[in-house]
Amino acid sequence: MRADLLAEPIAGLDEALAAVDGGDQALTAGLLRPQPAQVAALTGLADALAGSPLAGRVAEAVDKIAAGAAGEDHFLAVAAARTALLGSVHDALSARVDEATGRPHAEPAAPEPGAEVSPNLLAAARSWLADLARAGWRGLDHDLVSGSAPVISAMLPDPAPRRLAALLDGFAAELAASCPGAGIDQVPARRWGDLWSRALVLTLPGALGGAPGGTATGRLLPLGVDLHEHGTAAQAQVHAVLEPADGSTPRLVRASVSVPKPDTVLGAGLWQLLRPHLSLLAAAGDGRSMDVEAMPVTAEGDLVWDEERARPGAPADPFVTARVVLPTAATPPVAPLDRHPARLAVPVFLEGYTTDKDGDAIGVTVAGHRLPVDLDRVPVASPLTPAAVASSGACLGLLRWDAGTFSVQPLAVETVVKKKAVAVHAGAWAGGTTDKNGVKAEKAATDAVTVLRERAGRLLRK
Amino acid sequence: MVQGDGALSDREKFSMARVLSPARPRKLAKVPFVELADGRLQGVVSSGSDIGRVYVSSVAAGSFVFACSTNNNRPCGGARGMFCNHILTMINEAVLQYGATRVARYLRVETDPEPTGQAIASAMSATAPAQGDSGAAATVFSQFLRHLAYLELPPTTAPLPEMQWFPPTRTVV
Repeated sequence: MRADLLAEPIAGLDEALAAVDGGDQALTAGLLRPQPAQVAALTGLADALAGSPLAGRVAEAVDKIAAGAAGEDHFLAVAAARTALLGSVHDALSARVDEATGRPHAEPAAPEPGAEVSPNLLAAARSWLADLARAGWRGLDHDLVSGSAPVISAMLPDPAPRRLAALLDGFAAELAASCPGAGIDQVPARRWGDLWSRALVLTLPGALGGAPGGTATGRLLPLGVDLHEHGTAAQAQVHAVLEPADGSTPRLVRASVSVPKPDTVLGAGLWQLLRPHLSLLAAAGDGRSMDVEAMPVTAEGDLVWDEERARPGAPADPFVTARVVLPTAATPPVAPLDRHPARLAVPVFLEGYTTDKDGDAIGVTVAGHRLPVDLDRVPVASPLTPAAVASSGACLGLLRWDAGTFSVQPLAVETVVKKKAVAVHAGAWAGGTTDKNGVKAEKAATDAVTVLRERAGRLLRK
Repeated sequence: MVQGDGALSDREKFSMARVLSPARPRKLAKVPFVELADGRLQGVVSSGSDIGRVYVSSVAAGSFVFACSTNNNRPCGGARGMFCNHILTMINEAVLQYGATRVARYLRVETDPEPTGQAIASAMSATAPAQGDSGAAATVFSQFLRHLAYLELPPTTAPLPEMQWFPPTRTVV
């Protein structure tokens, strides 16, 4: 990998982010009665969109906000402006990553039609998000935040709007823990601006994405497992290379499973909730491939897993996949709305590097360029330790970007333990484990779920 | 060189700024549910004698006004004029789940920088807090049921791209 390219400045990036920051400063103070400084910041956001198809609507929205006469559509225009700017940042970063990895990028595909979701629920979500924008992060209070609860409760049982429900649930929990907003030390303005604008855009009809348009047949070679979690949801994503049965170019794909959860189910408990619904998790943990036949797949390379269309395959070492197949695998296009730097999670293989360790911070220096290692993204229930990363000679990871810096999230490393070469995988315990610590964690998690199920059995009205 | 330096400070510029520290695992048998919400530390405590009964306990932030009653709205015999054992147990379990610092900060209790559950309880008791009515019990109990209902929600294998914003974290915020 040409790690040196990741350190080169990108033209226009600072300017685009400065415009986003302007929008975030305005959202921090609230859009109900904006001060001149906020109006100036929003005007900067609008100016950055001049010449784009959004220009007119964003300029009008800023005028209305400045006059204290803004409605939901105007807030939506601000969210769209922010989304578009970060989309352009994503595209620039993504082009740079393609140069660095030297891998081909597939052509963008047409967006797939959106899922059917109750318009009333979407309207209720939009109305809460508009209230948030009016109050601003500094104006947060418990009553405002708890306004999201009925919307989230109504949305969660249906898997169709799950993207929006899981987002709102995680977002509202952060806001609730930060009340009152006037007392927040440093507002996480970029983050909450991201979550707010994303949620608002997802309330538009069709934005939630729909049925996968294609199918995939061939051999799936897992690279590693990426876990996501907030208090009340967890998602595991297996990154893999698909070798199509028709002999066409191998391509990168993902398979996901997610589930809502009580916030006291943690660590190994997440694997326990997720593993029954995605056999690929166990295959990835055991170093096996899987064969899929007519598995539904989105244009973005997301397999929508169906156990009926998958069967276990031969052993497949992810490091062999990384060395042999990954360099030629095509990267699928990104759906228009998903173009955001936070969405970048590009499988990369690094070797021949040196590591440095300063307290909890570990970096790898590849061809003279240092990349910080994002150890915080390694699941809690995992055998992959900072020590294993610090002593490693090869790393399979996800290249990510946040606040101006690329970093690598380790999915697996090759290291030496007791003079023996071993591979340690972040998702090794996803399908279950015989490791002593892993077994203990599994037992604790089983006990927690057992207690909750017993209580639910007695107390929940059926 | 880091690109993107502007007026905002570091934490303000990260899409992945960590806002909540992860809950810590604890045994749930005694106190299946505890939360810092609605301006209260509130939770549900299993009865020691009757497997079908739970107590709904709460302590308000700032005033430390407390209440404890069963899920059938009968008052707790122990909570007469002072914290009952259900409330004390709930405070200790909240400290296990959220960490003492976060619990003390939420309740607005003045204690040492690294308090224990017992220190938090003593500091609140020392102010001779008033006993509240059980008006909040229904809300707390329905929050608990909502919490339990999360176990019954169906999984999906459709991707949730938004979960990219929610990585695991080992760091205490």
